[in-house]
Amino acid sequence: MSVARFWRKIPHRYNMLGTKCETCGRHFFPPRSFCPDCRRSGKIADYKFAGTGTVVTYTVIHTASEQFEKLTPYVLAIVELDEGPRMTAQVVCRPDEVKIGMRVKRAFRRIATDGESGVIHYGTKFVPVE
Amino acid sequence: MRDVAVIGAGCTTFGEKWSSSFRDLFVEAGALALEDAHLSGEKIDAMYVGNMSAGRFIEQEHIGALIADYAGLATHHMPSTRVEAACASGGLAFRQAVIAVASGMEDIVVAAGVEKMTDVEPGASTDTLTGAADREWEGFVGATFPGLYAMIATDYMHRYPLTREQLALVAVKNHYNGARNPIAQFQQEITIDTVLKSPMVAEPLRLFDCSPITDGAAAVIVAPLERAREFTDTPIKVLASAQASDTITLHDRRDISTLDASVVAGKWALKMARCTHKDIDLVEVHDCFSIAEICAIEDLGFCKKGEAGKFTADGETALNGTIPVNTSGGLKACGHPVGATGIKQVFEVVQQLRGEAGKRQIDGAKIGMTHNVGGTGATVAVHIFGRA
Repeated sequence: MSVARFWRKIPHRYNMLGTKCETCGRHFFPPRSFCPDCRRSGKIADYKFAGTGTVVTYTVIHTASEQFEKLTPYVLAIVELDEGPRMTAQVVCRPDEVKIGMRVKRAFRRIATDGESGVIHYGTKFVPVE
Repeated sequence: MRDVAVIGAGCTTFGEKWSSSFRDLFVEAGALALEDAHLSGEKIDAMYVGNMSAGRFIEQEHIGALIADYAGLATHHMPSTRVEAACASGGLAFRQAVIAVASGMEDIVVAAGVEKMTDVEPGASTDTLTGAADREWEGFVGATFPGLYAMIATDYMHRYPLTREQLALVAVKNHYNGARNPIAQFQQEITIDTVLKSPMVAEPLRLFDCSPITDGAAAVIVAPLERAREFTDTPIKVLASAQASDTITLHDRRDISTLDASVVAGKWALKMARCTHKDIDLVEVHDCFSIAEICAIEDLGFCKKGEAGKFTADGETALNGTIPVNTSGGLKACGHPVGATGIKQVFEVVQQLRGEAGKRQIDGAKIGMTHNVGGTGATVAVHIFGRA
């Protein structure tokens, strides 16, 4: 991913900054600038997510694309955030630990590196809540 | 709107075709389709080509023009258009061709699909395919395509009675059919054990739950039904063409284990064809992964949600079952050159309805359906065909 493409979403990737429609109260992460429900009468504002949620479904990736090969096996999950929206993210735990319904919270982690001399992509992973 | 018929169909063999280039593949498929319709190229009014990612697989864009040129039709100035919807590119190209003829704008139109996937390393092809999902919010965090479908499988198996063995039976059945299809990439039968002992890709999906990386091309020719018998004694009528969309990401879906776009496109198609599930004699569904076939036969309404595992284990989807699914071998055994798959599905149904499917022929098949999915279900095309 190019530097600009990564950089422009840094607040969202690092700090889970999403959006909220102030007309209907629906939250969006990843952020949306257009509410699918209220359409043009929607009023979108920034919203910082608490970063807590529940695992909805998961897998353990054994065969990855080049950037993630060294991480395998790793846990990938769909997490439902407490504010409502769902997102895809890695869960930092042993493969046999992950369960549907598991409570997780966000953690700032390195996601991938763009080649040996490229940009390091940081972002959000989840860790189990004790 | 005019009635539309398929008057010719052709397909290359599918596989890792090291000696064939992108150009070789589509020229071969196109020539086979033209020959089948007893047509010469200059009679073609327009062409629509499904292709997912020539830009990343062979660093070539402007595919419509390239194909018109190498088909020898550049100097005829025939309009040629590339259609892209990830793995549903072929299904959408076919739909565009049908719309062009139905509208009266064009008469003889080619719908083709082509993908040359083995000119890049496997890691690069995995990454390219990830572009069918949301690159920024799925691919970026480490999702792969098998990984996304694996999350569907985890959700499904948590909520419904589907055993690991039943899931494996999808691949076993599709390999059985592929072994009876001369164009199939894999022509060997396998057992449940083959699947369960194959390497893990994304839990619970193993290598033999996944469709392969494939080179191949397919082409069909459509024309107004009223003119179809000028070209063939066995025209196949297009009874319905439907297309539906859903969210690009899996995580934004209403239900992880239901492809709502399949449900909707399936309903629209049946309504347009004025028929019910009981009238369908065979269906080619988009089994990019074993779990995808399980979801597809439920989402299209051939059995109830949660029952596809038992339905498959009972043999209902086999060649001699109540609704044969993926007689071609499906994406799993016939192969999955992404942009070509939707057209290959039409090719298979045309062969079946003409009674030309050899060892995998469904006796007396009169009506067939195709179901082509882009991404994890963000685009779905469903078509229904009948003997004319």
